[in-house]
Amino acid sequence: MNQSTKPVVEIRNLAKAYRRGDQVVPVLTDINLDIASGDYVALMGPSGSGKSTLLNLIAGIDKPDAGSLRVGGIDIVTLDEADLAAWRARNVGFIFQFYNLMPVLSAFENVELPLLLTDLGARERSEHVTTALEMVGLSDRMEHYPSELSGGQQQRVAIARAIVTDPTILVADEPTGDLDRASAEDILSLIDRLNRELGKTVIMVTHDPHAAAKARSIRQLDKGELAN
Amino acid sequence: MIFRNALRHRLRSGLTVLGIVVAVVAFGLLRTVVDAWYAGAEAASKSRLVSRNAISLVFSLPLAYSGKIRQIDGVKAVSYANWFGGVYVTEKNFFPQFAVHAPTYFDLYPEFVVPPAQMRDFQRDRKGALVGRRLADTYGFKVGDTVTLRGTIFPGNWDFVIRGIYDGAEKTTDVSQFFFQWDYLNETMRKIAPRRVNSIGVYVIGLTGADRAAEVAAAVDATFKNSLAETLTETEQAFQLGFVSMTEAIVVAIRIVSYLVIFIIMAVMANTMAMTVRERMTEYATMKALGFGGGHLAVLIFGEAFVISGCGALAGIFLTFPIAEKFGKATGTLFPAFRVHDETIHLQLACAALIAVVAALVPCWRAARIRIVDGLRNIG
Repeated sequence: MNQSTKPVVEIRNLAKAYRRGDQVVPVLTDINLDIASGDYVALMGPSGSGKSTLLNLIAGIDKPDAGSLRVGGIDIVTLDEADLAAWRARNVGFIFQFYNLMPVLSAFENVELPLLLTDLGARERSEHVTTALEMVGLSDRMEHYPSELSGGQQQRVAIARAIVTDPTILVADEPTGDLDRASAEDILSLIDRLNRELGKTVIMVTHDPHAAAKARSIRQLDKGELAN
Repeated sequence: MIFRNALRHRLRSGLTVLGIVVAVVAFGLLRTVVDAWYAGAEAASKSRLVSRNAISLVFSLPLAYSGKIRQIDGVKAVSYANWFGGVYVTEKNFFPQFAVHAPTYFDLYPEFVVPPAQMRDFQRDRKGALVGRRLADTYGFKVGDTVTLRGTIFPGNWDFVIRGIYDGAEKTTDVSQFFFQWDYLNETMRKIAPRRVNSIGVYVIGLTGADRAAEVAAAVDATFKNSLAETLTETEQAFQLGFVSMTEAIVVAIRIVSYLVIFIIMAVMANTMAMTVRERMTEYATMKALGFGGGHLAVLIFGEAFVISGCGALAGIFLTFPIAEKFGKATGTLFPAFRVHDETIHLQLACAALIAVVAALVPCWRAARIRIVDGLRNIG
């Protein structure tokens, strides 16, 4: 972590548990973590260690049971559903393992989707989308539908969708988990480039040590606790 | 996105649309049957009264009442008619036949439009008959044709010469009736059954104003109170509704079936939408993660339901007209007027909207409520 910059993510005493009937299963316990702006952090750990849950909490798609979680200076734990949705739209770019593109929308329309929540006009949206798709090297595939693209290309569209709103953080949950080695390498290089050239803060969950090696720092989770 | 989503599973959407088309057509057709049932009452004038024997329509009234009714204040004109109930070739060929007092009857029914020359011919010919356009079209009657009816109430074979064909001034006018001269009936009865002469089935009373209906009806009945043939006088509409009420149970059954059809297709559509939303839960969760709210998802889900239901409704309404026309022709002259009312179309549209809303309600609620992390977990 780059200690010279102010943390964009500040986590204090964060805890999360799931309930299975009467049983309470702790998933995260007393997590304290700072992630600086422009950092690239890989969260690793065995299955069930809580790394995806931590990522979901940072991304504002799940709520902790205790502790505070500030992202970009905002305590997102206190936001209600509507405010949290608006916050996510402005501040978080999502990269999912299975891309999660809308099958009925073209690559262009998929990338445009988050911009529909902004005040941008059609022309401005088009410019943003074109730039994002050029950035991921898919300017020649704009009108293609997800079913007409390879896995690697679909993930590139998903990355373009994640960066098109210029979010504060990029969260990636196993972004190469569904890709072959060559495509995975491409995607990791792209994420690395977004971090280095555009200064995007990236938080990535991965099982793959090779993918994690691309990050500037690796945080290990084990049984819901940060190991280092 | 709404339209593309609706076309994602073309077979499923297509079958659902087809189901809605069938339901909307069936609903429209059944509603039209119910409307046709009431067509006689609907077409009835408010400024005409019908006076019949108070005991039953089966019993007649004396011809002598005619002059007395004419003297009652508020009465503009009086005419009379007898239900003939004859059979044309076979019993299947049902149509209403009336022996009417030709010189006065049609003055009370301006909605029957007859060319003046044909009306003159009809008035001059004792055996002349006037038939409605629909009746003429159904049986191929032409002016000059001889038609024989086999009497059931009035025995014997009765020959008539078609002297005119009348059209309706309004869409609701009954153009399936057969009129002939009451004098022909009376003179024939004088020969074969003298005790039945000068008998009147109903008096039709024209009023000076529709607002005097109740007053004149009461005056007519009071005039013949305690006589051998007391009268029951009511507006023409009430008289017609009296016939409809005899078959009210059938009308109610048809109404119930028409709504049952809508209810069934509602369940089918709800199933389609439930399957659709269940399959797309990950997409909805993704959209929520991107910042879209429950309202956006509601627009997508309700929009898709409305597109499917709307396509079915429009096609169904479009098809209702030719099917109703064919159905009307197939039923011959059973219904006085068989046409699709504007109200039926409005109800078809309302039913389609209701189908869409009900079908989308629960899936939409589920999609809006799903936790993002649970929705995303649906993958893999």
